[in-house]
Amino acid sequence: MMLSFYHSFFFGIFPYIALCSLAIGSFIRYEREQYSWQASSSQILADKGLMLGNVLFHIGVIFIFFGHFAGLLTPHFIYEKVISAEHKQLLAIIAGGVAGVLCFAGLTILVVRRLFVERIRATSSFADILILVLLWMQVSLGLISIPFSLSHHDAGQMLALSEWAQHILTFRGGAANYIVGTDFVFQMHLILGLSIFLVFPFTRLVHMLSAPLKYFVRPYQIVRSREARR
Amino acid sequence: MKVRAQIGMVLNLDKCIGCHTCSITCKNVWTSRRGVEYAWFNNVETKPGIGYPKDWENQKKWNGGWALKQGKLKPKQGGKLALLANIFANPNLPSIDDYYEPYSFDYEHLHKSPESKTMPTAQPVSVITGKRMEKITGGPNWEEILGGEFEKRSKDYNFENMQKEMYGQFENTFMMYLPRLCEHCLNPACVASCPSGAMYKREEDGIVLIDQEKCRGWRMCVSACPYKKIYFNWESGKSEKCTFCYPRIEIGEPTVCSETCVGRIRYLGVLLYDADKIEEAAATADDKDLYEAQLNMFLDPNDPEVIKAARAEGIPESWLDGAKNSPVYKMAMEWKVAFPLHPEYRTLPMVWYVPPLSPIQNAAQSGDMGMNGAIPDVASLRIPLQYLANLLTAGNEAPVKLGLERMLAMRAYMRSKHVDGQANEEILTQTGLDVAMVNEMYRYMAIANYEDRFVIPTAHREHIEESFDVRASCGFTFGNGCSGGTSDEQIFEKPKRRNLFGGYNAK
Repeated sequence: MMLSFYHSFFFGIFPYIALCSLAIGSFIRYEREQYSWQASSSQILADKGLMLGNVLFHIGVIFIFFGHFAGLLTPHFIYEKVISAEHKQLLAIIAGGVAGVLCFAGLTILVVRRLFVERIRATSSFADILILVLLWMQVSLGLISIPFSLSHHDAGQMLALSEWAQHILTFRGGAANYIVGTDFVFQMHLILGLSIFLVFPFTRLVHMLSAPLKYFVRPYQIVRSREARR
Repeated sequence: MKVRAQIGMVLNLDKCIGCHTCSITCKNVWTSRRGVEYAWFNNVETKPGIGYPKDWENQKKWNGGWALKQGKLKPKQGGKLALLANIFANPNLPSIDDYYEPYSFDYEHLHKSPESKTMPTAQPVSVITGKRMEKITGGPNWEEILGGEFEKRSKDYNFENMQKEMYGQFENTFMMYLPRLCEHCLNPACVASCPSGAMYKREEDGIVLIDQEKCRGWRMCVSACPYKKIYFNWESGKSEKCTFCYPRIEIGEPTVCSETCVGRIRYLGVLLYDADKIEEAAATADDKDLYEAQLNMFLDPNDPEVIKAARAEGIPESWLDGAKNSPVYKMAMEWKVAFPLHPEYRTLPMVWYVPPLSPIQNAAQSGDMGMNGAIPDVASLRIPLQYLANLLTAGNEAPVKLGLERMLAMRAYMRSKHVDGQANEEILTQTGLDVAMVNEMYRYMAIANYEDRFVIPTAHREHIEESFDVRASCGFTFGNGCSGGTSDEQIFEKPKRRNLFGGYNAK
C-alpha cells in the first residue's frame, strides 16, 4: 500500500522528530539551563481562579496522562486475559471522559485567567500562552473524540491506535499504516499531542519531570557541608 | 553532643532610629531586579502594626512555622502528604496584595509634558503591568511612625492578652521599630517544607539558602516561613531569600545591613550549639519555655569539653576564638539582654533582639515615678512589658523584665559614675550584674565599636577546595570565559522583559 505523504510524515516520521525534541531538548535544558527549570507559578500575582482551575486541571491531566500511558502502551495480549477490548474502550471512555471534563473545565478557567487578568497577561511569556492554548485544544479534541469512539463498538480504532504507538516506540516499520482509515479527529489529536511533545522542553511543562516524590522519603531538615560537595 | 557553629545576629532595638538604611542598602544589593521588586530581604516595621506582609505574625491565618501535635513536631501547614496535596494551589500563600503592588513613578512625564496650566505630576506606575495605578494602597512600610488608624494597626498579633484599647489614646500611645530579616533558624520550617530539597542549612556557618538551580518554584517555603522572609520571584519562578550576605560573611565582613547600620545596632558573632538538641528544644511543650530551651542548646565556648567536641567536629580554631569573643554570645547568654523573635513558631530563630527601653510613663504628671530600688520600675516604661514579651519570649515576661532592668541598671550605674562622680555599685547587685559585666555591656552596647560588633571568622576555603584545580579556570580558557559555555542567547524561555523598576514611561 502506498501511503500518502500526510500519513507517512505525520504518523511515521514526525513522532520521532517530536520525541527527539522532547528527550534531547529536556536533557540539554536540565543540564545547561537548570535555572530555567521550574513550574512558573503565577499564584502570587492572582489567586483568583487559580485555586479551582489549577486543581481541576492537574487532577484531570494527571489521570489522563497515566490513562493514555497505560491504555496505549499495554500490549493487547497482556490485558485481554483480564478485560476485553470492547470493555477496555468503554472504561477508557467513561474514566477518561470524567477526567477530560475536569481537565477541560480547569483549563478553560486557566486560559481565561491568563488572557484576561491584567497582571497575569503582562507577565506571561509567549510560551506560557502557547502551551496553555495547545493543551486546551488538545483536551477539546479528546472530548470531541468520545462520540466517535462510542460509535465503534468493536474498539477496532482503539486497537489500531495503540498498535501504532507501540510500533513507534519499538522502532518497528509501518506504524503509519495503522492510522490510515481512523477518524480524522483521532489523527488531529495525535498530531497536536506530538506537537506538544515537540515544544515540551521549551515550555514550563518540564516541571512535570520534577514531580517531587523524593520528598516523601527524605528527612525534614537538610544540612549541606561544603566539604562534602568537594 | 554534636557541636555546630553558626553566625548569629543581635539587633539592639534600644538604638534603632528607624532610618531604613539597612533596608535600602539590602534592596540595592539583592532585590532591585525584576520579579522581586516587592521583596525586601530586610525591612523595618513600626510597631505596633500589622507589618509587611500584612498581618504576617498571625499564624492562625498563614499557618507558618511548626505545630506540636500530640508531642510531635510537624510543619503547621501540614505533613508531607498534605503539603504535596496543596502543590497545585497553595492555600497559605500570601498574594502580591498582601505585600503591596510594587510601583515606580512616571518621571519621564515631568520633562516630556507639553506646556500646561498646571504642574505636571509623576504618576505611579505598576512595575508588574507597566500600567498607571489609580492609587497606591500599600507599601513596604505603610505604617511608618504609627501611620494609619489605631483600629487597623492594633490588629497587631503582639497585643494578644492585652487590653489594647487604652494604647489607642494619645497619652498612652507607644511605638518602636522592628528591623526584620531571615532568622537563619536552627529548625527551619522552610527547609522542611521544600518539596524539591533545594533549601538547605550550611553546616559551617548555619546560613539557610535556596539552591537556585534546584528550586522548582513549588512555593511551599514561602508559606512555611512564619516570618514571611522567603519571597517568590514571579519572573524567574523561583523563591529567593536573605542570604545573610554569605559572600561577605565568608571573607569576614558583616552583612550589608549590619555594615551600613547608622545606629550601630547590629552585632554578628559565632554561637556554638548542640545539634543533637534541636528536635527536643523545638518540641518543648510550653511555648513560654521555648526561649529557655534554646538557651540550653547554646554551648559555652570556654568550656574545655565543648572545645574538645568542637575540634572533633572539625570546627576551625579561628571559629572557636570567634565564639569566645562573640558579641552575640555575650548578649544572649552572659548578660541575657537579647531574645529571639517569636520563639513560639518553634523554628529556633538565630537573629535576636535587645528590647527597647522607653520613656517613663506618667513621670511628668505625677512627679513620682515608680522606682524599683535605684532604677525605674520596668512596669512604668511606656512600651508595655507584656507587648515586648509577646514579641520576644512567647509572652514570658520575666526574662524580658530582667533584660530591661539590666539595661536600666547599666544606665543608672554609668550616670552615677560620670555625672555624680561616684560609681554606685549597689545599683548592679539587684539585677545580678557586677562591675566587670556592666563595663563590658557599656563597651559593647553603648560604645559599640566596629570590631566589637562584628566578630566574624572567615570561611576556610583552603579546607574545602583544591586551589590547584581552580587555577586559570577564569580568564584565557578554552571555554566561554568563566562561564560553563552558555551564551546570552537563550532558547529556553529566558525573561526578556525590561526591568521597570528604575522609572518607566507608562503605557
